[in-house]
Amino acid sequence: MSRGSDAGLDPLQPLGTLEPLESLEAVPLVARGRREWVQTIIGAWSLRRTKIGLSMFLALFAVAVFGRFVAPYAPTEFVGPPFSLPAPSYWLGTDFLGRDVLTRVLYGGLSVFVLGIAATVIGIVLGVSLGLVSGYARRWADESIMRMLDVVLAFPSIVLAMLFVSILGPRLWLIVLMVGISHMPRIARVTRAATVELVARDFVRAAAAVGVPRRKILLYEVLPNISSPLLVEFGLRLTYSIIMIAALSFIGFGMQPPAADWGLMINENRIAITIQPWAVVAPVVLIGALTISTNLMADGLARAMMGIDRDTAVT
Amino acid sequence: MSSKQTDIVLSVRDLRIVLDPSGIDIDDDVSFAIHQGEVLGLVGESASGKTTAATSLLAYQRRGAKVAGGHVDIDGADVLSASRMALRRIRGGLISYVPQDASAALNPALRIGDQLMEILNEHSFGSSSADRAARLKQMMAEVLLPSDRAFLRRYPHQLSGGQQQRVAIAMAMANRPKLIVLDEPTTALDVTTQAHVLDTVRDLTRSYGVSALYVTHDLAVVACLADRIAVMYAGRLVEIGRKEELFTGAYHPYTRRLLGAIPDITGERALHGIPGWAPRPGQRVKGCAFTPRCDWRIDKCATEFPPYEGPDSDHQVRCWRWQEVKAQSPAGDAPLRVKVDDVCSTVEKTVVNVQDVTAFYQSKEILHGVGANLCEHRCLALVGESGSGKTTLARCIAGLHQFKITGTIELGGKALARESRGRTRDQRQAIQYIFQSPYSSLNPRKTIRQLLAQPIDIFFKLDRDEREERMVKVLDQVALDASLLNRYPEQLSGGERQRIAIARALAAEPTVLICDEVTSWLDVSVQAAIIELLAQLQLETGVSMLFVTHNLALIRSVAQEVAVMNDGRIVELGLVDAVLEDPQADYTKALLADTPTLPAECRI
Repeated sequence: MSRGSDAGLDPLQPLGTLEPLESLEAVPLVARGRREWVQTIIGAWSLRRTKIGLSMFLALFAVAVFGRFVAPYAPTEFVGPPFSLPAPSYWLGTDFLGRDVLTRVLYGGLSVFVLGIAATVIGIVLGVSLGLVSGYARRWADESIMRMLDVVLAFPSIVLAMLFVSILGPRLWLIVLMVGISHMPRIARVTRAATVELVARDFVRAAAAVGVPRRKILLYEVLPNISSPLLVEFGLRLTYSIIMIAALSFIGFGMQPPAADWGLMINENRIAITIQPWAVVAPVVLIGALTISTNLMADGLARAMMGIDRDTAVT
Repeated sequence: MSSKQTDIVLSVRDLRIVLDPSGIDIDDDVSFAIHQGEVLGLVGESASGKTTAATSLLAYQRRGAKVAGGHVDIDGADVLSASRMALRRIRGGLISYVPQDASAALNPALRIGDQLMEILNEHSFGSSSADRAARLKQMMAEVLLPSDRAFLRRYPHQLSGGQQQRVAIAMAMANRPKLIVLDEPTTALDVTTQAHVLDTVRDLTRSYGVSALYVTHDLAVVACLADRIAVMYAGRLVEIGRKEELFTGAYHPYTRRLLGAIPDITGERALHGIPGWAPRPGQRVKGCAFTPRCDWRIDKCATEFPPYEGPDSDHQVRCWRWQEVKAQSPAGDAPLRVKVDDVCSTVEKTVVNVQDVTAFYQSKEILHGVGANLCEHRCLALVGESGSGKTTLARCIAGLHQFKITGTIELGGKALARESRGRTRDQRQAIQYIFQSPYSSLNPRKTIRQLLAQPIDIFFKLDRDEREERMVKVLDQVALDASLLNRYPEQLSGGERQRIAIARALAAEPTVLICDEVTSWLDVSVQAAIIELLAQLQLETGVSMLFVTHNLALIRSVAQEVAVMNDGRIVELGLVDAVLEDPQADYTKALLADTPTLPAECRI
């Protein structure tokens, strides 16, 4: 076969690498928003699912952050008999101790957001670092990192989190860390796959040849080129973080009473779901809406990145 | 070749092909005819619409393209208006197609015997299966392949690239078509294999009176094969004529410039690139698309596209000033090159010394005890086919080889570490490497300014203004404008990107420049411009150059010394003129004989 690294003119030159479609005069001198992730975001914004997802997310975020300022009561204030049905003085009824459900819903979102986002960021930072190193180093470093991550992957993430929380006690930083760590293997895999492909490109060799340090190659040559898949991954992982944080609170390993938290509320009030369903339904609907909104955004980003739905009329 | 109307096999009239929703033209106003037994070479640079035009003869358009007008008649059959069922009989029956890359076109899951039999069955060749089996044997013999059972039971991946292409040709010839369309069938092959495939095509068309349309970007390839040549530029046919007339005195400025851009193995003619690049669909100007790059342009060129004109029906040209162009004899000037008298051997002049280098890929030995010298102010060409180890040797010198190396590589008398990381900053600065593909060697997320800043920041301590000044200087050296600094690579053409890659290497102020197949991804006209640039840079800066290429014809224009490599060994080493005029090694002789060149000295 004659097709090697030094074959002649490659007839299979991918379309994307061909010369620009615009004439040079038509291209504005000041670079447009050429950063890949910016383009991905612009592309995603043109999809309806992204718009719906983002508006839902922003609305819920507003509720979680600013809701407490319009809450009628304090979150731990007793306002009526336990499990009262909705009434003019408490629109969503009361919970198992007689506290106002609406107030607690308005207070209980912030922890979900803060913990969810923090856990995702931790997962991304850890996963991306390991994935980059693994994809660039290859050989034994690659093997050991990936096999170590396989071990983490082998544990169901909720079990892993429960294990550590039951040993060290329900500390918030621990929950966030454990949720982050449970994301790490999958993010690392995505990063590694993208990195391996990029490292084979000549511009990475070119940087190595002039002696750019490995750390800088990874940060400035490789990372900007994989920003789009990572952005999508962030959206997707955020969904899972929210679900996991809520789940951990629900089984009692997350936020501790008397804190107001959507996950915790579901657990506290589920015994009376037949007589006062609002105390359970309200947080359930909000958590559901939040995960749907983040998922819609992630999906929009993924579609924009992969060019699905994009007008492919050019050439 | 007679031009009687009766022996016309194919006639194409006013063919226009556009991109589907946008209506941008890929091809426009394409008209030509092919006579019985004639080979027409269809030549054009990338994006000239030549392949689109060629596949339209089979009434096939790639996704997103459609025929917007025109007629294609093959042997009386109107192809473009044929029904699906009629097309099935025409394709593979009247007209057949040989794809660019046979390895991708053959079904990897079918044995080649089955694939060949399929086309015979499909068109019900002969009257019995015995007829077909006999034809199958005959087909294999025609393309010089064995027809024993064991061979026919092989899968495509068990054949070499050349064999795969022969199978594809056999398949195209199966039902004895009137016309065969060959779409760059040798582009992916080595020169030796290419020569064999070209021989096969020539023999088949001569012996069986089959007409052929040979699509290629390389005029030299069709120089021996074609009877007439059609030149396409930006979706239009600009000139069509008999081969001899075109090569000795083309009437269209583009054809002339294109011929001047083809590397000349004899070294008698200087290599001249065409400034700029061929416009892609959608960026073509009104009037004649060659106007911006043309020396002959007049006001009329920019507004009106000239009609087909010419001395006779077999030689047509589309240029307002073709008669003036015709009147001027083609210029041939001496090449710009440093002449040297002797192979450099003195130790003090050696810059890079390679001694007994053996390199491995994983555990396989791919370079076997190679030794070479690169001298001050000289350019050493490293020539060989793919797999010969030329790129490996270049990468070993540049410190880019990932696997085990034994032997010594010295720079200025000091041994170099295997990997660039193990080398000192001065050593890394001294050796700069330019990669084969400018599409992969420039980080797409960086502006040209950031790309050029990288070597400058690593090797020099400069303040902002000095750095900017240095960038403008290196851009000037590669004939690019400083306004490009804020652009991203994807906003530039292939030739411009390669210039940026050269500028980045120059920014480090190296003493050794390694050029690894730097022109293999570029069009002929752009390749010539890059070669001109490199030769000039070497002359001006006195940098030592290692020029790696598979194209023997190129080295006259740039190198003084040459090392011919085969199978991981250097088989011949010497001055370029001496090696090309009086090759000693058998391998070099074979390589020289197989390299297509202009003017055609056909070996038949």
